[in-house]
Amino acid sequence: MTEELMVTARANELIDPSLAIWTWEVAMYLFLGGLTAGVMVFAAAIALLKRDDEAPFAAFQLALLAPIVLSLGMTTLFLDLEHKLFVFRFYTSFQVTSPMSWGGWILILIYPVSMLQILSTVRRGFPVTVPYVDRFAMARAIVDWCEVHRRQISLVAIPSGVALGIYTGILLSAFSARPFWNSGVLGPLFLVSGLSTAAALVALLSRQKDEKHLFTRIDLVFIVVELALVGLFLINLATGSAPQIDALKSITGGPYTMVFWVLFVGIGLVIPLLLEMLEIRGMATSLAVVAPVLVLIGGYVLRQVMIDVGQESSWTHYETQYDTELIKRME
Amino acid sequence: MTTYVMVIDTKTCIGCGDCVVACKTENKVPEGLNRDWIVEATNGTYPNLTTEFRSERCNHCSNATCVTLCPTGASHKWQDTNIVLVDADKCTGCKACIAACPYDARLVMHPDGYIDKCTFCHHRVEKGLDPACVSSCPTKCMYFGSLDDPNSEVSQLLKTRKYKVLNPETGNEPHVYYLI
Repeated sequence: MTEELMVTARANELIDPSLAIWTWEVAMYLFLGGLTAGVMVFAAAIALLKRDDEAPFAAFQLALLAPIVLSLGMTTLFLDLEHKLFVFRFYTSFQVTSPMSWGGWILILIYPVSMLQILSTVRRGFPVTVPYVDRFAMARAIVDWCEVHRRQISLVAIPSGVALGIYTGILLSAFSARPFWNSGVLGPLFLVSGLSTAAALVALLSRQKDEKHLFTRIDLVFIVVELALVGLFLINLATGSAPQIDALKSITGGPYTMVFWVLFVGIGLVIPLLLEMLEIRGMATSLAVVAPVLVLIGGYVLRQVMIDVGQESSWTHYETQYDTELIKRME
Repeated sequence: MTTYVMVIDTKTCIGCGDCVVACKTENKVPEGLNRDWIVEATNGTYPNLTTEFRSERCNHCSNATCVTLCPTGASHKWQDTNIVLVDADKCTGCKACIAACPYDARLVMHPDGYIDKCTFCHHRVEKGLDPACVSSCPTKCMYFGSLDDPNSEVSQLLKTRKYKVLNPETGNEPHVYYLI
């Protein structure tokens, strides 16, 4: 038997008994960042594939959501910072080994790209803006230019969106000190989850039946891929080193089992998957609003459960108080 | 690069906690927070027990993940050594370094919000003194020095005694050594 006890009291705030540095703010940011990535990718993909008629909402209006959603996410991220006045320090250096530094600069790239995407479709997506745009020569010239170059803008928007989506996962996977996060699958998993939530958002917001159908089918594909990636992630941990196998116990019988399996896998992935399958076959269409809402909830729960379990997973475990289990084990 | 290390003899450490008090006094660590702490590790079953006391702190790793993952460069190595410091003027309080430390050795300094940690008392090292914890140890079980000098006390101890570091498999190359 080995027992390690703290002799001097260590109760450092946010660190003991287990790490609790990040809460809903970071989870919400990762969710909204992934959603933004998906929004940009779909708006660009529809333009490149010339499916404007089939998916008018995604083609002309969706892009407007990107900067709004991302700004909400950056606000929650800002709320998490402990030294808020120094936030500008993200932009006084570039740290090549830090995914967070990459992320900071990717966010800066996203805004202009997403603005160009919006300008290239603003007149068709929001006809109410036409007189305002046309009144000013310069505004008209810019919008004209963007409309002509919509294809090129879309070609830039796709890798930008993918970079944003994948970085939110790499951000966590780079922490070798947190065994639960230390898996390369997290990057693709967060990207696919972001794409899935964005497809769900289109299915929810579009008023065209065909477009709802198209994005329900797209979402179906991404949910299947996401389930596969979740499986790979679990295999990765289960066949990993001792700290990873230990970390996995949190969701296989441990305190986060219900949240992970029922709320994320069940309600966030499997149930919407089944509902969408029924919907595509023309059944349960009155429930069409339910599946995308569940997908969006599942997207958030994924980030929250990752943040929570990852922080609890650690290389070091000390008993900081008298442990009654000790007596039981010795008997 | 100079590699400063701390060598702690678990055979003579009695877990008195003087190093913890010395650190808090020297560095004015706010109430409720600790930059170092003592662990009592017990092995075996009564009556055949062995006990080891370890005074633990930041390991000032050569491959410090808290430095590589810091997004602003606030977490840095002091003057071409392995001593890891935080520049409060560059710290955003994002807490990435806390998550990045496999030894949970970093803390949020309240109420200002920047990150604080053991500095190996670099302000004393600069003057040729030992860190406060080392110089206050009543059983003289703690040693501090440079690993680059083969004749230093720490180099000699590591050459002649059996030792271990905590979780070497993290790959961080920690530099607090425990003589066992």
